[in-house]
Amino acid sequence: MVTNITSFGRSGLSDWLMQRVSAVIMALYTVFLVAYLLFNPGLDYYTWSGLFDQTWMRIFSLLTFISLAAHAWIGLWTVTTDYLKSTPQRVGAQMLIILAIFVYLVWSIQILWGA
Amino acid sequence: MSNLQVSVYRYNPETDSAPYMQEFQVDTKGRDLMVLDVLHLMKEQDSALAFRRSCREGVCGSDGMNMNGKNGLACITPLSEVIKDNKLVLRPLPGLPVIRDMVVDMGLFYKQYERIQPYLQNDTPAPAIERLQSPEDREKLDGLYECILCACCSTACPSFWWNPEKFVGPAGLLQSYRFLVDTRDTATQERLSELEDPFSVFRCRGIMNCVAVCPKGLNPTRAIGKIREMLLAEAT
Repeated sequence: MVTNITSFGRSGLSDWLMQRVSAVIMALYTVFLVAYLLFNPGLDYYTWSGLFDQTWMRIFSLLTFISLAAHAWIGLWTVTTDYLKSTPQRVGAQMLIILAIFVYLVWSIQILWGA
Repeated sequence: MSNLQVSVYRYNPETDSAPYMQEFQVDTKGRDLMVLDVLHLMKEQDSALAFRRSCREGVCGSDGMNMNGKNGLACITPLSEVIKDNKLVLRPLPGLPVIRDMVVDMGLFYKQYERIQPYLQNDTPAPAIERLQSPEDREKLDGLYECILCACCSTACPSFWWNPEKFVGPAGLLQSYRFLVDTRDTATQERLSELEDPFSVFRCRGIMNCVAVCPKGLNPTRAIGKIREMLLAEAT
């Protein structure tokens, strides 16, 4: 057993499962958005804004953003543990990444509910 | 053309400040020799050339090395399988510290092997005869027990290169699954609980170099997938 404190779920198994589930959610969201754009060729602001006014779309979007946050945390944490061998560098990079993910997540909530 | 050009990795820490590649011309007399035979012909030219070998028939796993960029056992790799443009480049197994020339320090590899407790554990009283297994249960060990620990797979694995102290590596994990799936072993829970961290098993990124190089044709990636399935079944 190798201990760790900066990985997303503190467990390889939970990170592994989360990485796969979040990937599926992001894939579904991408397919939906691409299909929506294809079926609405003359898209205007009111239709686009109307889509994001609906609660189910906000939940779907937020779910995707949370998935993206988790996915990025797990993925970039793995990259830092592979390539950054100096502990201050690695911990520093991990803190920066987690902070940036937090900022983006809060910002995306503000965008979703602010408009 | 019977003169083969061989470039071999040389390093003697007592006399060399840095490793270098030495060129040899080897007369193969037109035969399709094994790479190990070529090494012996080179040793006749320079007796200081150091490499490991023992059984010379792919059983002991001593002569794992990197031949024209691919890991394998020198004793069962014919020249026709590896040479390009009549040139052969021999290097020690990548990622492990070099002791001298082609001889590497396998310490880290064995440490990871030791970690997975590669022996049968059974806390029930020993029967008067052997612990019996059905033919079906015995079949589950096929493709696992054949591993000869030559380290070709683990030293071809980038995840093992980056984290050799934390990632068990394909060879160790193949053996880990060999004992996890053995119906005579009763330490399954304890074994699994040692493996669920983000490194030991889950640092495998499915690169599958291990499968590509295994001289015995084994599939560590499949075994790692099975360990993940067992962990998932246990924890959900």
